[in-house]
Amino acid sequence: MARRRVSSFNIASLALGLAFLYLPIVILVIYSFNASRLVTVWGGWSLRWYAELFNDDAMIEAAWMSLRVAGASATIATVLGTLAAVALSRGERFRGRTLFSGMLYAPLVMPEVITGLSLLLLFVALNAERGFWTVTIAHTTLTMCFVAVVVQSRLASLDRSLEEAAMDLGCDPARAFLAVTLPLIAPAIAAGWMLAFTISLDDLVIASFTTGPGSATLPIRIYSEVRLGVKPEINAISTLIVGFIAVIIVVASLASKLSSAQGENAAPL
Amino acid sequence: MSARRIFARPARLAAIAPYLWLLLFFLVPFGFVLKISLSQTAIAQPPYTPLFDLGGGWTEIRSAFAALSLDNFKLLVSDDLYVLSYVRSLYVAVASTFMLLLIGYPIAYGMARLPRRWQAVAMVLVIVPFWTSFLIRIYAWINILQHDGLLNQILLALRLVPSPVVWLSTDSAMYLGIVYSYLPFMILPLYATLARMEPAIEEAAADLGAAPWQVFWLVTFPLSLPGVAAGALLCFIPIIGEFVIPDLLAGSNALMIGQTLWLEFFTNKDWPVASATAIVLLIVLLVPLLLYERLQRRQLEEAR
Repeated sequence: MARRRVSSFNIASLALGLAFLYLPIVILVIYSFNASRLVTVWGGWSLRWYAELFNDDAMIEAAWMSLRVAGASATIATVLGTLAAVALSRGERFRGRTLFSGMLYAPLVMPEVITGLSLLLLFVALNAERGFWTVTIAHTTLTMCFVAVVVQSRLASLDRSLEEAAMDLGCDPARAFLAVTLPLIAPAIAAGWMLAFTISLDDLVIASFTTGPGSATLPIRIYSEVRLGVKPEINAISTLIVGFIAVIIVVASLASKLSSAQGENAAPL
Repeated sequence: MSARRIFARPARLAAIAPYLWLLLFFLVPFGFVLKISLSQTAIAQPPYTPLFDLGGGWTEIRSAFAALSLDNFKLLVSDDLYVLSYVRSLYVAVASTFMLLLIGYPIAYGMARLPRRWQAVAMVLVIVPFWTSFLIRIYAWINILQHDGLLNQILLALRLVPSPVVWLSTDSAMYLGIVYSYLPFMILPLYATLARMEPAIEEAAADLGAAPWQVFWLVTFPLSLPGVAAGALLCFIPIIGEFVIPDLLAGSNALMIGQTLWLEFFTNKDWPVASATAIVLLIVLLVPLLLYERLQRRQLEEAR
């Protein structure tokens, strides 16, 4: 195959695009270490705002709430999303398949205000107490489709003759799945869990609708502060979140590298 | 019976749990939105008159049906506030999808031209912001765009402007925020299509005498249209209902529909009108949602 030439226009547009994506975050991180209270005046390097952050009980409580919701909803979403991916990619045709895949992928693009409002009305009708569990259920519904997309594209690229060989050698379908398929898609499942975790950690709109009084998540807390203006503490908590997510991404990309080492066309994301 | 078909039966059973979950927590809630959009506003908790009481028997149900009203929808059509916010949402979504395409295409094209190893690196670099908190990325721009923020400091230092420019609470800031937030959603599907394209096709066009711009317009761009459609829909649909970006970056004199819905719900506590707003928004989105669904299914089937 002949190699395509990379023009300087290609390089320039790529470099500008990446700079555009990263510069604001880099600036935010730098300013979080600014000693001055005025966000715009540079007062030297300092960890002052991080120290203040750890005295902010409301913020810490909100962070803890967010982490618990993200952990619980990502775990349920991973189980359900993986089951859905298996059914769609291995189940051939079944009754209600179109409705199923429609419902599964719609939350991917559905405006969050609609998902949030509709779930809240359900919870009110069921008379459910709003708080940890209602937000967890809402986030599970939101993130399940992301897990399903990641796992399904891995399953699609997997050589099916491996499963068939296991069954020809006497495995029943359940055994073939557990012994052959599951280990092969495990990295994709792990990547799916981490994606679900970060999306839950990030969500403001759906959490605002479905949470109850006294149980604010981190984005809700940050949002109410941001509306009042820029504050150095917010720079600090943002930097912590960005760092935390960066760690998750490194782990997830290692997992997907593991996955692509095993199969040729491992899906991105 | 082939191993593949034997495997398919238990695989179908795997659908049961996620199916039930989605029915209960995705489909059924829309029924409640529809129901409440047809009921009257009440000063109560919850703030609407309940519609159905199945315990009340047939007469109760009949009178409940008689009480259904389209008043909320009539309000949406007659009040300028709602009509204008739908129009504004559509306008903003079309304009920003177009900007995203204009900016995202050269980036995706550049990525697809890189050597294989570098493509993977570039892809990770584009995906990372997608994982990073949406709210924080908008907040990062507030930092830069505020009255004495970095942008104004630089412009003043370079003597490009005589006094600080108002950036925040303007439509330009909102468009900037939307393009910034949705750029990965546009780049990734475009890149996926461009990277799959056989370079021999472009070379053949060049060998047959096409100028570079002709190769692009007559060969590359038409072949990348599925990626263009996927990226455009992936941006267009959620932008219409966007709340956070216009709320934090745009001024408050014109609202997008997501903001109007939020306002009706949280500030005015008018749940029926908020529900009616959501129903109309869903109807507006129905066509692009169905298009997106078809595209998504076709792509997964091709990957198989």
